Amino acid sequence: MVAISSWGRLGRFEHEVVGLSDRHQVVSQLKSNPIGIAHGMGRSYGDVCLNPNGVLWKTTGLDRFISLDENSGNLVCEAGVLLRDIQRLVIARGWILPVTPGTQLVTVGGAIANDVHGKNHHGSGSFGDHINSLKLIRTDGSIIVCGPNLLPDWFAATVGGFGLTGVITEVEIQLRRVTGPWLSTETIAYGNLNEFFHLADASEADWEHTVSWIDCVAKGGRGLFMRANPTDSIEHQEPKSRKLTMPFVPPISLINKLTLQPFNTAYFNLKKRQVGRSAAHYESFFYPLDNLLEWNRMYGPKGFYQYQCVVPRSVGHDAVQAMLKEISRSGEGSFLAVLKTFGNRQALGMMSFPQPGVTLALDFPNLGERTLKLFERLDTIVREAKGRIYLAKDARMPRDLFEAGYPRLAEFLKYRDSGMSSALSRRLIGH
Amino acid sequence: MQDNKKRIVIIGATSAIAEHCARLWVENTNVDLTLVARNAEKAERVATDLRVRSPQSVIRVLEANFIAPLAIQKLVDEIVAEGIVDTVLIAHGSLPDQDVCQQNLTECNEALTVNSISPVLFAEAFAGHMQKAKLGTLAIIGSVAGDRGRKSNYVYGAAKGLVTRYAQGLQHRLANTGVKVLLIKPGPTETPMTAHLKQQGGLAKVEDVAKVIVNAINQGKPVVYAPAKWALIMMVIRHLPQFIFNTLDI
Repeated sequence: MVAISSWGRLGRFEHEVVGLSDRHQVVSQLKSNPIGIAHGMGRSYGDVCLNPNGVLWKTTGLDRFISLDENSGNLVCEAGVLLRDIQRLVIARGWILPVTPGTQLVTVGGAIANDVHGKNHHGSGSFGDHINSLKLIRTDGSIIVCGPNLLPDWFAATVGGFGLTGVITEVEIQLRRVTGPWLSTETIAYGNLNEFFHLADASEADWEHTVSWIDCVAKGGRGLFMRANPTDSIEHQEPKSRKLTMPFVPPISLINKLTLQPFNTAYFNLKKRQVGRSAAHYESFFYPLDNLLEWNRMYGPKGFYQYQCVVPRSVGHDAVQAMLKEISRSGEGSFLAVLKTFGNRQALGMMSFPQPGVTLALDFPNLGERTLKLFERLDTIVREAKGRIYLAKDARMPRDLFEAGYPRLAEFLKYRDSGMSSALSRRLIGH
Repeated sequence: MQDNKKRIVIIGATSAIAEHCARLWVENTNVDLTLVARNAEKAERVATDLRVRSPQSVIRVLEANFIAPLAIQKLVDEIVAEGIVDTVLIAHGSLPDQDVCQQNLTECNEALTVNSISPVLFAEAFAGHMQKAKLGTLAIIGSVAGDRGRKSNYVYGAAKGLVTRYAQGLQHRLANTGVKVLLIKPGPTETPMTAHLKQQGGLAKVEDVAKVIVNAINQGKPVVYAPAKWALIMMVIRHLPQFIFNTLDI
C-alpha cells in the first residue's frame, strides 16, 4: 500500500498502486486489479482522483507519443503524456494545444476526464472539444474507441466523466496553428464587478484569452483583468526556466488572516502600476504557478480546499457579489482567486463543468468546521443561482447540490464502469 | 555513416531509465539510435515515440536473446560491423522479490543472470571492439544495491555488485585507451517497476536520473551515483560497522 494525497493535501490515504506503462497490457492489468480509478499527476484538488484502501491505476507511465502529423496538427499519444511535453514538442513545429488549464503538469487523460478549460473558453470551449477520438479500456476487458463522430454518446459520457467510464489509454488531439510561443497581453485594473463584466464583454470578440485576479478581501470586488492574443513577434528572449520548490510544509498555513489582506493590497497596487500592454511567453502567461513546484505545501499540514463554481450570467453579478461578501466577512480565502466569464456554449460532456455564465475559483486553507460552514453559505448562493461546483476541485459538496447542478447524471450513469470507483463517486453517487 | 550523427546503442531499451535517456539524446540532437530489447513489439512503441520527438533521428529496434553468449557476440559484432559506435548504454535488469528468491532457486538464478551475467556479456562483447577502435563510451547501469549486501534485497545487490567489480576491472584494462567505461548507480527510482513500493516519497524521478546519466556520459565520469546524494548515503552504509549494520532493518 502507498500513501497518496491529491493536490489539496487534505489527507493521505493508503492505496494499492498499479503502474500502467504498456498500453497493450492495460486490459489484463485492469481485469486482475478490479475496483479502482485512473490516477495521473494527482493535480485535482479534492477526491476525484482518490480511492482510499482501493486500487489506483497510475497512468503516468503511459507517456509515449504515437504520431504527429505536422501538416494537419493531428497528434496521437498515450493518455499519461503531460500537457507540458506536448507543448514543448509541438510549439517548435508551429502548433499548440488549443485549450490548456492553469497548469501544464497534468496528463492528457486527466484533462479529458475533468474536461478542463482555459482562459480561451469563450472562443475555444473546453479540452474535450478538441479530441478527435480516444480509446477507453473497461474493467470487463472491452475496448471502446469513441469520438464526436464515433459512438458519440460514449464520448460525451467520458469527456468530463471523472474517470468512471473506463481508463483512457490513447487519445487523438487536434492541435491549433500558432506562429510562436509569444502572446501580446494587456492588464487592466478594475474597481468593481460592473467594471469586470464590462471588460469581459468588451474583450470577448477581439481577445482570445481573458482571465482576472480578484481581491477577495476588499469590498466591492476590485481586481486585475488580463487579456492576451497570440503574436508573431519574436523580439523577446526565451524565459529562463527557474524552478523553485516549496521546500517544506510550514507548521501553519502561510495564508491566513494576518497575511491575506496586506498581500492582496500589495499585489493589487504593485500590479496596478504595471497595467498596460506587454508581451509574455506562453508558459508564464498560462502557467504562472508551475515555476513554484509543490506550492500546495504553503497551506500547511492541514491542506486546503478550492471552491470553484459557475453561475448563469443572468444572475452572475449578484451571485458573485453575494459570495464575495460572504468570503470577505469570513476573513478567509487566499490571493489565488480567479474570476472569469465562460462563453455562451454548452460543453459536450454530460458531466462537464463549463456552462454559460461566470466562474469564481478560490483557495481556502483548511480551518476545519469554520471553512466548511463558509462553504455551506456559498452553496446556498450557488444553489439559488442554479449554478454548479467543479468536480475536479471538490472534496465536500453535498449530494443534493451535485444532483441539482448536474442534471444529466442519470443519463451518464448508464455508461459507468461498475469496476471503477473513487472517493468522490462514493460520496456523491453512493458507490 | 553518411552524415555525422552520433551512433548510440541501448541494451534493454524498454527500461524506463533507458527510455528517458533516449528521449534526452534525441531532444538534444539528431542521433542514430539502435534499441536492443527482449521484446521487439514493446521496443517498437518506444521507437515510435522517439521518432515523433525527433523525426530526423534514425531509430531502429533489434530483438535479442539476453542470456545466450554466442547470440550476444553475434549481435554485437553485427552492430559494430555497420560502423563505429560512439556510446553504448547497458540498462537492462529486473527488480526481483527477495523473499521469492530465497524460496525459489529458479527465480534466484534468473535474477542473478539477468542482472549480472547478461550485462557483463554485452559489455565484454562491445569492449573488445571499442578497444580496437580506441574510442567510445561504455556506460553500464549498476545500482546502489551493489554497494553492500542487505537482507531486503541481497540477491539483486549481489548481481549488481558483480557488475561493479566487473566495471572496475574493465576501467583498469581500458585506462589510457581512449575508451571510457562508466558505472552508473541509480538509487531507488520512480518507474513502473517500483510504482507499488511503499516509500514513494524517497524515490527519485526517472527524468532526473536520466539527466544525471546523460550528463555523466558527456563528461566521462567513471562512477556516478544518480541522484548524487546516494554517493554520500552509500559511503555511510558501506562503512557502518557490522554490529551497527546488523541492527538496521534495511
